Amino acid sequence: MSVVDLGVVRNISINEESLITVTITPTYSGCPAMDMISANIKIELATHGLKNVNVITVLSPAWTTDWMSEAGKNKLREYGIAPPLSKQQACRKELFADEAIPCPRCNSYHTKRISEFGSTACKALYQCNDCKEPFDYFKCH
Amino acid sequence: MQNELLVKYLLQLADNAMVIGHRNSEWCGHGPVLEQDIAMTNIALDHLGQARNFFQYAAILQGNGATEDSLAYLRLEREYKNCLLTEQPNGDWAQTILRQFFFSAYQSPLYQQLMNSRDEQIAAISNKSLKEVTYHLRWSSEWVIRLGDGTPESHQRIANAIEALWPYTGELFMPSDEELAMQKENIGADLTSIKTVWENNVKEVFDEAGLAVPAQGYAQQGGKKGLHTEHMGYILAELQYMQRAYPDSQW
Repeated sequence: MSVVDLGVVRNISINEESLITVTITPTYSGCPAMDMISANIKIELATHGLKNVNVITVLSPAWTTDWMSEAGKNKLREYGIAPPLSKQQACRKELFADEAIPCPRCNSYHTKRISEFGSTACKALYQCNDCKEPFDYFKCH
Repeated sequence: MQNELLVKYLLQLADNAMVIGHRNSEWCGHGPVLEQDIAMTNIALDHLGQARNFFQYAAILQGNGATEDSLAYLRLEREYKNCLLTEQPNGDWAQTILRQFFFSAYQSPLYQQLMNSRDEQIAAISNKSLKEVTYHLRWSSEWVIRLGDGTPESHQRIANAIEALWPYTGELFMPSDEELAMQKENIGADLTSIKTVWENNVKEVFDEAGLAVPAQGYAQQGGKKGLHTEHMGYILAELQYMQRAYPDSQW
C-alpha cells in the first residue's frame, strides 16, 4: 500500500532546474502522518539519487476515498482492513443506520459497527458476526 | 485594516476549534468505554487539525514572525476569541456529548457556507473540515438520543446538561465586528441563516430523544470579545505551560 494508492499524492512535477515538486493532501485535517509522509517521500527519492525535491501540502480539492485505487483497496482488504464503499452507498447515512460492510476475512456481510471511530481518524471499528473477527473499516470520506 | 479583520476572523475560527479540541482531549484515557475514549480523541484530533489550518493561514497574513505555535500558545487570555460554549468543563459524559452536539450543529452549517467563501483558503479548509464535522454531528446526535431516550438516570443527566449549557448557545449566533465585516465581504458566514439550521437540527434531535427545547432566555456572551468564563484561565495554564516554561521547545 503506497501513498499513491491512497490518493494522498496528487501531483508530481519537474521544472527546468530539475526541481521535483511532489504535491500531497491530508486524509483528515488532523492527520498526524503528514510530516512522516513528507519526510519519507524525500528519503525515498534521495535513495534513487533525486535530491532536489520539494514536498508541498494542499487542502483543495479535499481528499476523498474515491481517489483510492482499486489496487489499493485490494491491498487494504488483504491486510485485513475493509476498504471504503463507494460514496453513493455510504456517505449520507441516517442516524443509527448501519452500513453493510463485508468482513475482509470471510466476506460475510453479517457484521456490526462497534464504534464510529477506530484506531485512526480515517477508520471505524467493526466486528464480523460470523467469523467473530474485529476489523477496521476505512470510512467513506 | 481589512487584513486585520480577516486575521481576527481566522483566529476566532481557530480558537473555537482548538479550545473544544483541547477539552475533548482531556477525555483521553478517561472515556466510559474504550471505543468512546477513541471517539473523543479522534474528534479532538480533527478539531486540532482544523485549528492548525486556520492558525497557519492567520500567521502568514499577520507576518511579524507569527507562527501557528505562537498564536496557539503565546497569546494572553483576552486575545482568545472562542465562544464561551467551547471552554465549558467536560462535566459528566452527558455534558460533554451535549457540548459537542451544540457545537457540531453550529459548525456544520458554518462550514457549508464557508465552502463558498470568496477567500480561497477559508473555502479549502472548510470543505476539508466539513467531512469531519459530519461525523461529529452524527455521532453526538446519536448519543443525545441514546441518553434522552435511555434510562431515567441518563435522561436526567442530559436534561441537566441542557440546563447547564443552554445559556451558552446564544453567543454562537451573535455576530462580532469581524464576523459582520467578513460577511459583508462575502468571506465570512451569515449567522442568521446558520441559526435557523441549528435550531431545526436541535429540535429534530431533541424531539427524537424526548427532550424539551428550552425557551430562548438570557444568553451568556463575551468570548468573542476575549471576555471569558473562569474556566479559560485554567485551560490556558495547562495548554501553555510547556511553551511558557521552556520557550520554543519542540517535540
